[in-house]
Amino acid sequence: MIRKTVINTKLITALSLAALLVACKSTPITPVKVEDKSPTTASTSTDATVAVADANAVKELSIDGNAIASADGNPLRDPNNILSKRNIYFDYDSDAVKVEYRAIVEAHAKYLLAHPDAKMMLQGNTDERGTREYNLSLGQRRSVAVKKSLNLFGVQDSQIETISNGEEKATQNCAGEACDKDRRVDIVHQGE
Amino acid sequence: MKLNKLIAFLASLLLTSVSNAALDIDISGGSSQQIPIAVVPFGNSAVTKDSISDIINADLRRSGLFKVLETRGMANLPTTPAQIKYAEWLALQSQAVTVGSVDPIAGGRFKVSFQLMDVLKQTQLAGMDYQITPSQVRTTAHKIADIIYQKLTGEPGAFASRIAYITKIGKRYALQVADADGFNPQTVVSSNEPIISPAWSPDGTKLAYVSFEKKKPIIYVQSLTSGSREVLANFKGNNSAPSWSPDGSKLAIVLTYGANSQVHTINANGSDLKLITKSNAIDTEPVFSPDGSHIYFTSDRGGKPQIYKVSLSGGTPSRVTFEGSYNVSPKFSPDGKLLAYIRNDGGKFKVAIQDMASGQVQMLSEGSQDESPSFAPNGRVILYATKVRGRGALAAVSSDGKVRQRLNDAAGDLREPAWGPLLN
Repeated sequence: MIRKTVINTKLITALSLAALLVACKSTPITPVKVEDKSPTTASTSTDATVAVADANAVKELSIDGNAIASADGNPLRDPNNILSKRNIYFDYDSDAVKVEYRAIVEAHAKYLLAHPDAKMMLQGNTDERGTREYNLSLGQRRSVAVKKSLNLFGVQDSQIETISNGEEKATQNCAGEACDKDRRVDIVHQGE
Repeated sequence: MKLNKLIAFLASLLLTSVSNAALDIDISGGSSQQIPIAVVPFGNSAVTKDSISDIINADLRRSGLFKVLETRGMANLPTTPAQIKYAEWLALQSQAVTVGSVDPIAGGRFKVSFQLMDVLKQTQLAGMDYQITPSQVRTTAHKIADIIYQKLTGEPGAFASRIAYITKIGKRYALQVADADGFNPQTVVSSNEPIISPAWSPDGTKLAYVSFEKKKPIIYVQSLTSGSREVLANFKGNNSAPSWSPDGSKLAIVLTYGANSQVHTINANGSDLKLITKSNAIDTEPVFSPDGSHIYFTSDRGGKPQIYKVSLSGGTPSRVTFEGSYNVSPKFSPDGKLLAYIRNDGGKFKVAIQDMASGQVQMLSEGSQDESPSFAPNGRVILYATKVRGRGALAAVSSDGKVRQRLNDAAGDLREPAWGPLLN
């Protein structure tokens, strides 16, 4: 998921750039808009174009079904909001949710409590060591541990689905790396 | 297709092994007990695309139980028992000679005949006629190899069977089925999301598997003949680790809902879901005992993962594995006498085999990342997943640990093998 976020950010940058390029090309074709929104200068026409480009970029991403990291009023998508933090990392052979993640868990719990119709999926992950089906169960144990932390804040099970990817999404080679990024639970809100 | 490179690789090793001790077929110990046999090129053999005698020879050699004699360059190559000059084969110390022929018949079909002859007694040990289509040539050769194997070792063969496995090439996952010798690979299903845990129905017509295509593990059952598939289990949480009952009527599966993995049974048509294990621990990787009375499974209820068994009629699970601190992925030999599983042996994951009568355990592989053991239908060979230089590969070891082979695919990863039943 960390990886995905990075990719999404890159995508957004790329799409924004692409949209800008398109917008630059299209600027001469849509002078009316510019005239509507701004009385005179070239700088305001640039501003207007950028705003259109941003709207385009967001639209493209939502068609893709990807998480959107822009301040569109949704706290889940606001990179400055703690709710945008989605990864909870674990020690080797452990399903204990570490104290440092309490604030993240609490923020998501409060969000679910404030939005009774909202639903969340917790996706457990393990590193590559061990067999696939057993790792699927170990990843599940981690997602259940995070769910229990949410329960402590009063969140009902009906709003949460716990699943596991096991080692299937692991990206690190434990022979040469710490594998610490693969041992995690990802928080995914419905529709993301 | 994807296994072509593997086949070429295996073929090259087979050729090498003829002149240069075994490479791919690493036979350690017991070589003096190999049965010397000659399989003479079949008469009219050029009419089929693949040489039947070559396929038989490769099967017998790969088993490690036969010393297959080289017939190239011999003056007299009989194709019928009457043409056999037994003194010549006796001089070569061949215990048995197989002769045969292929003849085109009506409808584009072939008539394949073979006889297996005892060199010392000059008597026929086996003989069969087959009328087949061109697409049945390889399977027929494997069936002949199975008959030879049974007549000379006293045990059934398993050459005429298929294996299933997952390939990961680039970011694409595929469930494939190939002949037991790696030929004729066919894709059953492919996806951009992981596929794991393929399991053969006992009649070999269907595969159950776990697919992440809907962003969570869901169990499907797919017909190999029609290609159609159905969702077997898509409950809240994980749906994984399918395994068929011996009569094919139901499957053991693992569901989680909002908690840890627990073993359930479900009818093959998706009805009659039953909870089998009731613990707060992880209970997963269920397999039926061959008599269908018990389910063996992996559980960490004692702290570390060990193999347990529970009666289908109820009762408290009892522990099956006691040595080592990590024993997972149980699989029975078809006769129920042996249990193969994976042991974490000092950080190395290895294939272990346990004699169910004596409780004795033997480590069959070196590790270090071996998993997914599965028995050949004759119980003589265990197929498993391994890693070679960081890449997934398949390996096989005889249940006595003496014969080893390895299957690679240069294009990507091979993983999650499952050996299917004998072909009809």
